[in-house]
Amino acid sequence: MKILVCISNVPDTTTKIRFAEGNKTIDTTGIQWVINPWDELSLTRTLELKDDPSGGVKSVTVAHVGTADSEPTIRKALAIGADDAVRVNADSSDAFFVAAQLAEVIRKEQYDIIMCGIESSDFNGSLVGGMISEFLGIPSLSAVSALNIENGQPVMVREIDGGKEVVTIPVPFVAIVQKGIAKEPRIASMRGIMMARTKPIRVFDPVAAESLTEIKILEKPATRAACKFVDAENPAQLIDLLQNEAKII
Amino acid sequence: MSVLVYTENWDGKFKKLTFELVSYASAVAEMLNTEVTALSIGNVDEKELKTLGQYGAEKIINVTDENLKILDSQTYTNVISDIASNTGSEVIIISNNNTGKAVAPRLSVRLKAGIGAGVTRLPLSLNPFTVYKKTYSGNAFAHVVIKSDIKIITLAQNSFDPVEKPASATIENIQVNIDRSLIKTNIKDTQKQTGRIVLTDADIVVSGGRGMKSPDNWGPIEELAELLGAATACSRPVADEGWRPIGEHTGQTGKIIAPNLYIAVGISGAIQHLAGISGSKCIVAINTDKDAPIFEAADFGIVGDAFKVLPKLIEAVKVMKS
Repeated sequence: MKILVCISNVPDTTTKIRFAEGNKTIDTTGIQWVINPWDELSLTRTLELKDDPSGGVKSVTVAHVGTADSEPTIRKALAIGADDAVRVNADSSDAFFVAAQLAEVIRKEQYDIIMCGIESSDFNGSLVGGMISEFLGIPSLSAVSALNIENGQPVMVREIDGGKEVVTIPVPFVAIVQKGIAKEPRIASMRGIMMARTKPIRVFDPVAAESLTEIKILEKPATRAACKFVDAENPAQLIDLLQNEAKII
Repeated sequence: MSVLVYTENWDGKFKKLTFELVSYASAVAEMLNTEVTALSIGNVDEKELKTLGQYGAEKIINVTDENLKILDSQTYTNVISDIASNTGSEVIIISNNNTGKAVAPRLSVRLKAGIGAGVTRLPLSLNPFTVYKKTYSGNAFAHVVIKSDIKIITLAQNSFDPVEKPASATIENIQVNIDRSLIKTNIKDTQKQTGRIVLTDADIVVSGGRGMKSPDNWGPIEELAELLGAATACSRPVADEGWRPIGEHTGQTGKIIAPNLYIAVGISGAIQHLAGISGSKCIVAINTDKDAPIFEAADFGIVGDAFKVLPKLIEAVKVMKS
């Protein structure tokens, strides 16, 4: 079984977001770039599956759409344990464009399971995984919180509103994974970091595809009014404020 | 030209988020000077369908087939795209919940429709069609222009209040025949959470963090939640330690929620936690550390020991309710 893990390159989640001039993009000065947290968990789970020889996972490839600037993040994925990587050399302009590029990679290389994190921590869209599957006309399962391989067949748990379902889907399919898929992200070992230096990153040219959306301007969230403190000895005052000032209980 | 809103049901019933969607769709339709068609998929009785009319749906299309009990993203995409084409819909509105996330991106490719995902306000302008959405996990908001002819909006839960706007809705029933062999999603087992408030639906959430010190100390959190009709939640370390179920983890990588009231007890308020709760209308923080970042996000705060504050707070709620 061949598995493709799609990764996105995002600012470290503790980054204080500042905007570049024109407020269309963020100011990238001093930003630490990381693998999108959900993609990191998805890569971790995929590698756990490969570690189990009975699971039949033969190879784990990571794919990314981005410019050469994102190679350190791809190397990190290789250091964590992916076998090889594909980078589509293009600016990731919108989800539709990115999904079109990744779908083309999958068309060429044929994978059994395509793993995507449920969203990226930058644009929070939850779009690329579903779009890839539709471009390819293959099934997809969203909100996957567990993936196991039992007797050669992938078995997943998906979260639904107020519950969960155990689901099987014939390969090839796209698994869109969320919290629970792996406990802690796997950390690269020193050996992994050394080995990653010689692992191949294949660079593909982008195919012609449109972007259907465009960010016109970014703005800061509205600032909240300062916190009103209530005496710890008198929480009844809090109830009064919630009832009569905020009017929410 | 019309606005199409997909109104999901849960065992044949709609819930608040459905009415938020219909109200939102109705407001968008008003901006576009057109009407709202609501699409319901699966078995919902006429009385329940009619409730959509209370929020401004002028036409209700009810598509049924036994096989639609299975949420298969491809099948649902087929149904919704067919109806969107038949009604000539230019704007399609879906929830940004798990179902929406499963279906909307497929629909986007099928209809070549740009998508504004997790939108929290009415469109900022119609020409160019511009929506407002959260980015960088709540640390920024973006004005996003959708350039395609057909536009999809997935609406963030609890970001638009339902508005009653009675319309005399007509219902069109469409019985389709879905070939079971084409459904690739095989459901082996379903586990439904019973008797408890679903976290993402809750108006009030009481959440505990590491400051609660041990899983054995959750009694007061649960009691307060019970009294307020609230759901319970927790911070990431608490879920990772196994003190509470993973499904309760609220934060960037856990559940993103936007209740009317979020009460954070013993949660310091790391940026990743705030990313999951910043959409809450009112935030209350109880923490021993007056410098904890949670107080910067909070509207009301109590600096104090949760184990001393909670019993008093519970008493105060009991007094309020009596």
